[in-house]
Amino acid sequence: MAILVIAEHDNAALKAATLNTVAAAQKIGGDIHVLVAGADCAAAAQQAAQLQGVATVKVADAAHYAAQTAENLTALVIAQAAGYSHILAPATTFGKNLAPRVAALLDVAQISEITAVESADTFVRPIYAGNALATVKSADAVKVITVRTTAFDAIGTGGSAPVEAIAPAADTAQSQLQNRELTKSERPELGAAKIIVSGGRGLGSGENYHQLLEPLADKLGAALGASRAAVDAGFVPNDYQVGQTGKIVAPQLYLAIGISGAIQHLAGMKDSKVIVAINKDPDAPIFQIADYGLVADLFEAVPQLAAAVG
Amino acid sequence: MKILVPVKRVVDYNVKVRVKADGSGVDLANVKMSMNPFDEIAVEEAVRLKEAGIATEVVAVSCGVAACQETLRTAMAIGADRGILVETDADLQPLAVAKLLKALCDKEQPQLVICGKQAIDDDANQTGQMLAALQNWPQATFASKVVIADGKATVTREIDGGLETLAISLPAVVSTDLRLNEPRYATLPNIMKAKKKPLDTVKPADLGVDVTPRLTTLKVSEPAKRSAGVRVADVADLVNKLKNEAKVI
Repeated sequence: MAILVIAEHDNAALKAATLNTVAAAQKIGGDIHVLVAGADCAAAAQQAAQLQGVATVKVADAAHYAAQTAENLTALVIAQAAGYSHILAPATTFGKNLAPRVAALLDVAQISEITAVESADTFVRPIYAGNALATVKSADAVKVITVRTTAFDAIGTGGSAPVEAIAPAADTAQSQLQNRELTKSERPELGAAKIIVSGGRGLGSGENYHQLLEPLADKLGAALGASRAAVDAGFVPNDYQVGQTGKIVAPQLYLAIGISGAIQHLAGMKDSKVIVAINKDPDAPIFQIADYGLVADLFEAVPQLAAAVG
Repeated sequence: MKILVPVKRVVDYNVKVRVKADGSGVDLANVKMSMNPFDEIAVEEAVRLKEAGIATEVVAVSCGVAACQETLRTAMAIGADRGILVETDADLQPLAVAKLLKALCDKEQPQLVICGKQAIDDDANQTGQMLAALQNWPQATFASKVVIADGKATVTREIDGGLETLAISLPAVVSTDLRLNEPRYATLPNIMKAKKKPLDTVKPADLGVDVTPRLTTLKVSEPAKRSAGVRVADVADLVNKLKNEAKVI
């Protein structure tokens, strides 16, 4: 049995989500091959070769993989698919865009966002925004899976797998990347951060969000997140959003500031190890899941907190 | 240009679902059902393209039980011109729905399919991508902006690190994210008008599609409950607890 893990990377380096996906592959068991498709992606391939438990790294290096479009990557994965019992990708916007396309062409079901591996054909996945967990068994010959990264601890390094160049598939030319605006930040990535400072509508404005939360995040070395309400109100860009339809996070410490705790938000952060809520409304639902709740005016409490942790 | 919009009938997003005691699923008896919120955004986008003179016809499609007619009427009240119900009592999984939609695309020949990025019941996030694959069409998932001009779609997508803009040839599949638009409320006159719009019913067998599920749900369980912790008196108390009790800072 062999498992193909599709690496998410930016050519220069692997994304952290790839490490969690390899960890899920190890739980399934079998030879793990990592596919790195990109343009000038040798550095990312080298990183993949160092991951524990990886048997082979396959690299397809071609200009038409630079944009990582689903159309071109699918053609490559399909060309490589023979002999694999499982094809895994992280349940990030990258993997969610790609995996169903691959599954449909293989005429198999896709299993989304698995949080546990019961056996080689049986997996646990959340449904209804995490309000229920379904254990599903696949009858297909190939299991195409996306992995909820927070449910599997990242794999370590220390391996030295061979790196094998493979022929790229033809350019489908169906899709052209025109522009990519990535949020630049010195802070850790939301998905990989140990501490997250997250703000909601209670902050009142984008200006307040930055003025109050950034000093605290800087002191804690934390990533910044937000509720859907804060994103919809225009305080911060969409990629800050934590929740059912945003990012699913599980840091060591999650500070929910001015967040009431809508179901969609809780679905994205309730697996955090320690949750702190600061809200002036003592009845806010966020307090029902917070380990430490502080009923206070955030405009006073947050600067005090930033001063105290420094 | 014809636009096809698939719409799914799901448990209303305000309902807190409960897992059945026997672990066979979630309790759907007497629960309010509505159109999947992402699909509502898809219908709104298609209707806006029609109002802008870019689309000529908006066809809503729903796959499932007879009651999905209500979901199609809702789509028509927002502004879809007609509805197609693919009626079946079978458990439909994304691959089967994608195959049903492919059969309808072959028949209807739309230039664009706009669908919700995921349904809030099974949270699969698959059907649009699968349909695009089966049709060998390009796809632009998680759209926050769609511009149609010169036979192509320019779509801004919400991705993990920020935003990206793709230009894709038509026909294509676009899936909607939350911030694409804010769907209108259907007015009473439009709800009345929607009742008179054409609604066709077909069966999966008429479309030559085998909808047998590939995944079997062995059990459905409740996630581990998180219990409420303690209220702290002030910031000093909080910092003390985080440092000495939880040891996370």
